[in-house]
Amino acid sequence: MSVTTSAAQVLAPPAPSPRAEPKVHRLHEHTVEIVSDAGEGAQKCGQVFGAVSAKMGNGVWTVEIIPAEIQPPARVPEGASGFRIRLGDGPITNWGDATNLVVAFNEQVLLARHRVGALADDAVLLVEDKWATHDDPDIRAAWNSGMAELSGKDYRIITAPMEELCLTLVDDPKKGKNMFVLGMLGCIYARDVERIREQIAQTFRKKSEAVYERNVKLMQLGWTWADEHIDFRIDVPVQVTERELVVMNGNEALGLGAIASGMELCAMYPITPATSVSHYLSEVFEKFGGIVHQAEDEIAAAGVAIGASYAGKVAFTITSGPGLALKTEFLGLAVMTETPLVLVDVQRGGPSTGLPTKVEQSDLLAALYASPGDAPHIVVAPATIEECFHVMVTARRLAESFRTVVMVLSDANLATGVTPFPRPKPDVRWQAEPLDLAPVPDGQKAYAWNAGTGLSQRIIPGRPGGMFTLTGLSHDEGSKVAYSSGIHQKSSAMRSRKLAVLQELLQPPQPNGDDSGELLVVGWGSTKGAIDEAVARARAEGLAVSAIHLRFLSPLEPGLKKIFARFSKVMTVEINYSDEIGDPHITEENRRRGQLAMLLRASTLCDVDCWTRVPGEPLRPGAILGAIRGRMPNGGAQ
Amino acid sequence: MTIACGLPILQDQDEHEYGLCDYEGARARWCPGCGDHSILAAVQKLLASEQLVPEQTVFVSGIGCSSRFPHYLKTYGFHGIHGRALPVATGIRLHRPDLTVFVVMGDGDCTSIGAGHWLHALRYNLDIVVMLLDNGIYGLTKNQTSPTTPQGFSTNTQPRGSWLPPLNPIQVALGVTNASFVAQTAEWAPAHLFATLRAAYRHKGLSFVRILQRCPIYAGAVYQNAVSDPARIAMLVHDDGVVVPELDKLYKSQLRHDPHDIDAARRLADDADHTNLGVFFLDPSRPRYEETRRIPPRTATERLALIDAELDRYAV
Repeated sequence: MSVTTSAAQVLAPPAPSPRAEPKVHRLHEHTVEIVSDAGEGAQKCGQVFGAVSAKMGNGVWTVEIIPAEIQPPARVPEGASGFRIRLGDGPITNWGDATNLVVAFNEQVLLARHRVGALADDAVLLVEDKWATHDDPDIRAAWNSGMAELSGKDYRIITAPMEELCLTLVDDPKKGKNMFVLGMLGCIYARDVERIREQIAQTFRKKSEAVYERNVKLMQLGWTWADEHIDFRIDVPVQVTERELVVMNGNEALGLGAIASGMELCAMYPITPATSVSHYLSEVFEKFGGIVHQAEDEIAAAGVAIGASYAGKVAFTITSGPGLALKTEFLGLAVMTETPLVLVDVQRGGPSTGLPTKVEQSDLLAALYASPGDAPHIVVAPATIEECFHVMVTARRLAESFRTVVMVLSDANLATGVTPFPRPKPDVRWQAEPLDLAPVPDGQKAYAWNAGTGLSQRIIPGRPGGMFTLTGLSHDEGSKVAYSSGIHQKSSAMRSRKLAVLQELLQPPQPNGDDSGELLVVGWGSTKGAIDEAVARARAEGLAVSAIHLRFLSPLEPGLKKIFARFSKVMTVEINYSDEIGDPHITEENRRRGQLAMLLRASTLCDVDCWTRVPGEPLRPGAILGAIRGRMPNGGAQ
Repeated sequence: MTIACGLPILQDQDEHEYGLCDYEGARARWCPGCGDHSILAAVQKLLASEQLVPEQTVFVSGIGCSSRFPHYLKTYGFHGIHGRALPVATGIRLHRPDLTVFVVMGDGDCTSIGAGHWLHALRYNLDIVVMLLDNGIYGLTKNQTSPTTPQGFSTNTQPRGSWLPPLNPIQVALGVTNASFVAQTAEWAPAHLFATLRAAYRHKGLSFVRILQRCPIYAGAVYQNAVSDPARIAMLVHDDGVVVPELDKLYKSQLRHDPHDIDAARRLADDADHTNLGVFFLDPSRPRYEETRRIPPRTATERLALIDAELDRYAV
């Protein structure tokens, strides 16, 4: 693929330039990010660039960089807002290790990225230059000190007169600098300009033609500037695929999956990062015969979903950690009354309000055990954005078939990450059956438990001859309140047995890598892409490491003990907190381990180690690789 | 009106007339003398008189003595968790507007732990009947102060008397935007109780009915004055409200109150001299949530075609 020609062809006439031909770097992958103050449009620029790249055939993974406040003060590092795009010549499954090229609207947001170690040591930094000569001496001083701080690394800093040039087209550079940057990136990465135009049109479809025209002009301005002033180009080859792909984030995938499953009611209360599922659904769900009910609180949202499920089709509720805490009493009620329910938890950092916009996997044990009493239910965790779609179909069916709660554990990484995946081929059988209102046969019980499986048929209101009262009190087959101890023993067994039955239907996980070896890494949820990449790199180094990734956390997937026995050491990798041996006071006995590690130790009696971190960002494959090297049972030697 | 009891009477091949016995569930296990028995009888009478189809009727309750209610009826029932009957009822009615939904709550359930849901349910104004069985005490947990316990009344948690003046559920309900039916009745006036429940059932929208109910075990004194002295009770009468002529002799204090007059309703709710029974307020024109949210249903096949179009939006 030629990198340098397309810009020249499209932008006529190219300015005559005495410069040398730019140097083309042909690479398997490259990571770029755009950072600005909130409201300057870096995210929109990144979204357009990511979508264009995906459409051209690059593997793409994008991540939002979100400040905690809606409109934080300008020019402060903690206000950095932006978008990171990792491009590859094949599928990209995670956000990678570090950014290679960053475009920053001011030096403060750039410093933010520098300080969190987001930038590669040899990254190229393209920075708005107006701050260097700003009228305000404080700003000039901040610029100088920022540049001094950045000079500690081998960054290559290029300044660009973004605002000055944008002002030739618009009065307010806040409305347009992002399109200028889009043009710069289009030139550097040789993007298809027609696709950029299409994507701009799509992005601003609700605005006027004039807005579109202006944005295209700004984009072309940035392109021309880069063409004349940037002396390198990045060529990440594209793969033209015949497969039909769709591109979306994990929360959109959850919402669309819910639609495909035939569910018709989503009850929710606003909470980050789960809420955007309901934003999506609120826009489209009614078209599909479904509604989003914004309840008065998290508890009510669970109650409304349970009420709807009890009366008809399985309903779902969506929340994040603090909301899960509030819903747990209702969760127990749904388990006890065997009312199907899909409960989605898009995890964020905790405890308490924690890190509302940042990823963590620390709700696992709460998802499993937060409801008082013994409340067995199903817990599944999608590992990819594609799985966010399909998991909703699975969850609805399991909730219905097993007459219980299915909890879906997604997280902020999947929620806001965007990547292309094979277009789902929805099937009418994925959807719930129409309501069965046929008369109930004589003698039918409310809980006609099959003694072997614990399964029983659900009866919904409207069916003549049913007329049972379901209750959260311990009850017998007829839903009569239990006044003898034997009934509680039996009904507890019936509710529990369903999970064992489900486990029998599951396949043992297949290790990624060899079936035996020195180290087995076990992950769950959104870390799959990063773990797989780290394992691939470790294996390329000759390390005998494999990985398995669990989707079912309750019941656990079968055969784990046997798989573990084939490795010298087993270690989970998770985004939750664990103590480290060597930390003050920490011993083998008092060490608090990663949540999956605790679960696996309890269920397999294997000495499962863990490497977990809570950085408030997705795990980097390079960091996992470092952990693998450091935890190899014999120091990594073969 | 006569109500058949015993074998159902077949009027013709399709029509089945439901008798009181058709609505009888498990034998009630409330204490002897508990006011809940009288309310259960009135509700069964309502179901029969309105010929509600048992399988199309759902009683939802929370936790407390009164929340055992659904077990004692032969309709569908959902006996949930403390304070949360209203969200469950909301889900049922929203998803299945073809069902008739009743909610039974106690004063702890409705005005304390579930107070948030109470306000919002009044505002949603779904077409359901909400009964607050208010005995001014926590009975099932054995004699604790509730928000409606009279000031100074001694309980296990406030043995030197309830510290605060009681919450006034009628005044609270009247204060909620979009509340559409607010009434008060008493279990010891069964004819009024029945008439009020019937008006509530026939009202389109959420009908909130506070039923004064005696707990002879822990709070027998709470309504004793009103029970023993009918002069302390005033009947709110109006053609649009509840009129029970057979009670005229017992309850001589009759106030003509137009239930469309919210200001008058609020004054009457604060009446210190009388316990007012009747419909305080109604406005059937207020929007009902299940109707504002009504959307055309989709078959699985229709949905499938639409999903394909939706996926096109995300196609690469």
